[in-house]
Amino acid sequence: MTGGDQPLIAVRGLSIGFKDSAGRSVEIVRGFDFSVDRSETVGIVGESGCGKSTVLLAMLGYLKPGLHRLAGEVRFRGRDLFALDARELEGLRGGKIGFVPQNAAQSLTPTMTIGRAMAEALALHSPIAKGQRRARALELLRAVRFSEPAAILQRYTHELSGGQQQRVAIALTLAGEPELLLLDEPTTALDVTTRAHVLDLLAELRKAFGVAMVYVSHDLGVIAHVADRMAVMYAGETVEEGPTRDLLRRPAHPYAIGLLRSIPRISDGAVPRAMPGQPPAFGPDRSGCAFAARCELALPRCVAERPETRSAGASHGARCFRIEEAVTCLAAPPIPEPARNPAAEKNGQALLELDHVTISYARPRLLQRILGRRAEPRAVVPDLTLQVPRGQVFGLVGESGSGKSTILRVIGGLLPARGGRAMLSGSDDVGCVAEQRAADLLKRIQIIFQNPDDSLNPRQTVAEILASPLRLYFRLSAAEIRERSVRLLEAVRLGPRYLDRYPPQLSGGEKQRVAIARGFAAEPQLLLCDEITSALDVSVQAAILELLLKLKAESDSTVVFVSHDLAVVRAVSDQVAVLYRGDLCEIGKVDEIFRPPFHPYTEALLAAVLDPVAESPRKIVIEERTGIEDRGSTEVGSGCPFAGRCHRQVGPICSEAPPPWQSETPTHRLRCHIPAASLRGQAEA
Amino acid sequence: MAALSQESAPRGAFHAVGAALRGMAASPSGLAGLTIIALHLAVAVAAPVLAPYDPTLLDSSAIMAGASGSHWLGTDALGRDVLSRTIYGGRIALATTFPAALLAVAWGGLLGIAAGFLGGRIDQILMRLIDAFLAIPWLLFLLVIASIVGTGGGILVPTLAFFYGLPIVRVARGATLDIVAMDFVSAARARGEKKHWIVWRELLPNVRDILLVEGAMEWSWMLLAFSSLSFLGFGVTPPTPDWGLMISDARLYLTVIPLAALAPMTALAILIVGINLAVDALGKTLGIDRIRGAGP
Repeated sequence: MTGGDQPLIAVRGLSIGFKDSAGRSVEIVRGFDFSVDRSETVGIVGESGCGKSTVLLAMLGYLKPGLHRLAGEVRFRGRDLFALDARELEGLRGGKIGFVPQNAAQSLTPTMTIGRAMAEALALHSPIAKGQRRARALELLRAVRFSEPAAILQRYTHELSGGQQQRVAIALTLAGEPELLLLDEPTTALDVTTRAHVLDLLAELRKAFGVAMVYVSHDLGVIAHVADRMAVMYAGETVEEGPTRDLLRRPAHPYAIGLLRSIPRISDGAVPRAMPGQPPAFGPDRSGCAFAARCELALPRCVAERPETRSAGASHGARCFRIEEAVTCLAAPPIPEPARNPAAEKNGQALLELDHVTISYARPRLLQRILGRRAEPRAVVPDLTLQVPRGQVFGLVGESGSGKSTILRVIGGLLPARGGRAMLSGSDDVGCVAEQRAADLLKRIQIIFQNPDDSLNPRQTVAEILASPLRLYFRLSAAEIRERSVRLLEAVRLGPRYLDRYPPQLSGGEKQRVAIARGFAAEPQLLLCDEITSALDVSVQAAILELLLKLKAESDSTVVFVSHDLAVVRAVSDQVAVLYRGDLCEIGKVDEIFRPPFHPYTEALLAAVLDPVAESPRKIVIEERTGIEDRGSTEVGSGCPFAGRCHRQVGPICSEAPPPWQSETPTHRLRCHIPAASLRGQAEA
Repeated sequence: MAALSQESAPRGAFHAVGAALRGMAASPSGLAGLTIIALHLAVAVAAPVLAPYDPTLLDSSAIMAGASGSHWLGTDALGRDVLSRTIYGGRIALATTFPAALLAVAWGGLLGIAAGFLGGRIDQILMRLIDAFLAIPWLLFLLVIASIVGTGGGILVPTLAFFYGLPIVRVARGATLDIVAMDFVSAARARGEKKHWIVWRELLPNVRDILLVEGAMEWSWMLLAFSSLSFLGFGVTPPTPDWGLMISDARLYLTVIPLAALAPMTALAILIVGINLAVDALGKTLGIDRIRGAGP
């Protein structure tokens, strides 16, 4: 509402809902107001289920089947999208309004080459003559930074990496010369370094084409990076709206404040503060503030009456009765540094030792064995040596394909090691699969998986799920099992009433709590956590991390914590190892990893982290991964595995000779041809 | 949407059956299907009460009679009451195919789950064997068996169960492959669960719905197959009343007493349509798409 004349797209009082089984209308988006001016980028942020994607699709004049528009309008250049007929809408969609989905791989037709897809988009939405389409397609691909666009035209979707697919999806929307680009979490599925590329590209396109953007994301860091203005959505309504910098530095709505506090910050390494409760279920009768039930400052009035948007600064508003109190009481960040387990520092004895471990998925085929061909593909983990000290949280970071989860699967007994020695407590072999392990060893190692939708059997009650390890590892009567299950549920802050529920009846956070309870039920020595918060919302993530650390401290177990999120790893770990394509780059105490000298890869990863409040660090651009490199068929030379993408390459030595391990302190080691002292100098410069 | 998912969550076997039936009855076509099946079963069970005549009683005074007050659907070439024979005619078909369907689901389901779970060479060999058996024209095979050892429930039930269990092996294996890839199976393996426990407690409950729908579908194919066998003279021995046999007997006099063939045809056709409607509704209720595989 900055521009003088009408905005490019204006949403007024939009309410969207569905009919429940009793025929009542249930609002899932309530009174949504929103506008975007020409060449402006506006972010919409919120957690899953808050309605952010629904409103984004409504800006295409589209509602998912089963949803109805209950009130309000969406005007694009003054024309109401819901009043247009199907032909006019088809012309706009993919034309003047472009849409980039979260998962480009699913939105590109797998049987079409990129060239055909581009030609189709141009034929539908561009006035360009048929003969010039190829030239235009090349131009657009160049605009999204493909250095060899002609080669890309020949490729199929699956031959591109995730980042490349996303850029093709953007190029497709550019075919219609859009004035407005709607982006639905376009970088969520990408690695951090790839994400940096795509965000950079979007900023460039905005300058070059003057296209306005609506960027929907759950990630405040990304929104902070791309958006001029932003709106925070909660339970189907906007709770706060304002200029991005202003809103993130001085949030006024208790929800926005809580959301910001629940994000782990790379800068301080503190365990984030969890927000209590969970979003309300949609129901036919809603009155009052949607956040009232979780709000520390809620008054009786908040439950009874719906607050109007009140000013919290220049063109910054929040839908709250108590903005002033919220700003003063909640915004103060008295986040205490968590007391790290002091025993862990002293006790340096290794619990888990990996000695030249090799892991590979591929087995030589029968035919190849007969013919004596040794066409061994590159191993997922070629040669790994590391020790996990007893009683610590050991963080394992890396991008997708770094082999971090594969290593956990080996330790957990789901995959055999192909070579080397993997030992628990110095004497028990963990290089073999679970079927070959003794019952006692099985009990001592437990895994918690990434996605709780997947790791809990939907056909078993929580009681049955928790009983499984208790029945296997302990001799208990049915009553004792039940009693222990109740204790476990209480330890993860769920009550005994959860015993008879099935996983589909639980929220994502509740499911992960049950999974954690199952992990601790065995009283393991070593707990393997495989990206346990990456499928969860940030406010839930904070609670899960807190819980994990609490239970870990109480049980004196050792945790291997795998994550792609450096801020999360920093918040929970005592020691950290950085992996690149199965090779260790750097290992050390958590503070040592997050201060110079950095391994160049660690440095690039850190530079790609987007903090919602702090200034972005110096930009480091590393080569984007190509799809072919990931296929693992190409044999890497004997040099540094990161050589091809490294921004600090010093010469042919990088790709020819294996980099040496060097250490500045006894606990911190990194593997690079550049002397550690000079890496430190470069990083500090 | 938490409220929505709570409604569809499972709640134990007894509740599950109740919920499935309620879900099926909620759609008009599902209700029609269930009603048709229930009526057929009721008629088959209560046949001695419902039938106006003994179905094997020969009435030489009324041979090939048309519909009348005393014989509502007329009589056949031997003077037997068509209505009574139609009422009795489903009994053996249902009594043979129903246990055969259960048997087919049992062996096909378990073998399919085992193949999908164990994988590797066992799976390869098993699936090629299934392919080989599927290539056998079962009707001819049955004729060979029938001519060697004769016919009757003792032979028909296992033979039908065998041939109609083959596709179930495939379906169960496919469904299992989807589930084996899930982390709760990995969790069970890593925990050190025994193989049979994983099959019974982790896999079977998740494949059960698909097996139920597939089994019901196979049941309707079996009914058709059984009637074909009877029609060819390898199912039920005369003079036992049976739809296939009745059609076969009446086909020579089709122009004279059309009702004698039409009545059993209609009864069979309605039952098959009823089962199909019910299976469709069951699939929808359980979230299973028979064409595109299990729902999310």
